Amino acid sequence: MTAAAVAIVGIGIHPFGRTEGVSGRAQAVHAARAALADAGLRFGDMQFGFGGSWSAGDPDTLVSELGLTSLPFINVANGCATGGSALLSADAAIRSGTHDLGLVVGFDKHPRGAFNTDPADHGIGAWYGETGLMLTTQFFGLKIQRYLHTHGIGTEVLATIAEKAFRNGALNPNAWRRKEISADEIAAAPMISHPLTQYMYCSPGEGAVAFVVCRADRARDYCENPVYLSGAALRSRRYGSFEVFSPWLAVDAADSPTVDASAAAFAQAGLTPADVDVAQVQDTESGAELMHMAETGLCEHGAQEELIASGATAIGGSLPINTDGGCIANGEPIGASGLRQVYETALQLRGEAGDHQVPGDPRVGFTHVYGAPGISACTVLTR
Amino acid sequence: MTGGPLPRTVDDSLFTAGGALLGSRCDDCGAHTFPRQGGCPRCTGASMADVPLAREGTLWSFTIQGFRPKTPYRGPDEFEPYGVGYVELPGQLIVEARLTENDPDRLEIGMPVRMEMIPFRTDEAGEPVLTFAFSPVVSA
Repeated sequence: MTAAAVAIVGIGIHPFGRTEGVSGRAQAVHAARAALADAGLRFGDMQFGFGGSWSAGDPDTLVSELGLTSLPFINVANGCATGGSALLSADAAIRSGTHDLGLVVGFDKHPRGAFNTDPADHGIGAWYGETGLMLTTQFFGLKIQRYLHTHGIGTEVLATIAEKAFRNGALNPNAWRRKEISADEIAAAPMISHPLTQYMYCSPGEGAVAFVVCRADRARDYCENPVYLSGAALRSRRYGSFEVFSPWLAVDAADSPTVDASAAAFAQAGLTPADVDVAQVQDTESGAELMHMAETGLCEHGAQEELIASGATAIGGSLPINTDGGCIANGEPIGASGLRQVYETALQLRGEAGDHQVPGDPRVGFTHVYGAPGISACTVLTR
Repeated sequence: MTGGPLPRTVDDSLFTAGGALLGSRCDDCGAHTFPRQGGCPRCTGASMADVPLAREGTLWSFTIQGFRPKTPYRGPDEFEPYGVGYVELPGQLIVEARLTENDPDRLEIGMPVRMEMIPFRTDEAGEPVLTFAFSPVVSA
């Protein structure tokens, strides 16, 4: 294992879901103060800030509440990888020697219902949205349909994955969906985009996560149980990969950005997917968890069905995945979602996950986000 | 259509005068795109030429859109689930399109499909606005 350069010494979260009357910015402040308190620091100690939000305000305006200290605070916007990109930016700021200690925050608050996106923002003509081809929900239906066909996997596993998400969410006090739902009920829910039903999808929601990060060699100054950012990487799509909002695909298939980002994060950490004790992967819907298990290298393509059916991906299994309930049980506030995965993994490595703690003293964690327009950010976390 | 105005489409720049989909082909590496674009996403060059896309291909993946999309969707208020697929046009690319079939049990990856123009919505003057879609090819 390669020695990490950056450590997470404070973690904070505002519960995910719907919090009427509390703005996204207020949720961000809540998470930031919790992270600072966890590290035993004040905002005035922060040398820099990176923040991300899709639709809940400009992160750099949080200083009016947190403190006007003249620190450089940079807004980060990178679709579903917004939170991951903020953390990567902080990693680079510390790794470069520019700063020693700073804050990362991601937050959001979305209206109900599926995201609607303007094709012009993606350089696509208005016809694409007008004729009903520009939906993330639809893309995931198209992608999993092809994936199941290619790897000879039945559709039943999709309900099993969502059932696990709700079971884990029920154990997590910060989750949105805290009620277990049976696989039969999930499979019988209204069809959103064949073969995916309503309960297999996550929903846009609200929430905030923040971290205090510092030079790894000073981590013990702030924290008895630091979590090290041993690997972190973001990648965009290659020619030939199958991505959301694609009016066309190349006939010659290529690996997804997840494959590239995951490999880069593991290489940086000097670890392999076989070393992972607990993982959080993007489960925008249950098919995404299925595909991402293999794309990240956590298992072989086609091996997921048996792993899931045997309970290997449950909290007590050999490869626990989405132990906090994932996006399906937590919803997806875009700016916060990737950082929620890091928060959950940090809790697990610190042994503080309570009812959803994985047994066996986990030492290596992994996180993965995927989103438009074909990007992925992965981290390898250790203690 | 002789003598009358040409039917309106969702975006005329998507089609050749002959009614095929209009894409680009890279003079340097042969990569195709749809719609047309100036830069090659494979070799990163900028020598793209117009090319008509094939009207027949095979269904590469499919889903059924089960709810009426939000804005900017402009389909009829009265919603009927519609099929969406990716269709492989051999030697060119895989194009995303609406399907004329919306029953998943009647769709199968690998089945032959053919492009046609279908009425998508009605404009302010009451005239149909057409878009492209693929239909399963029924063997004679």
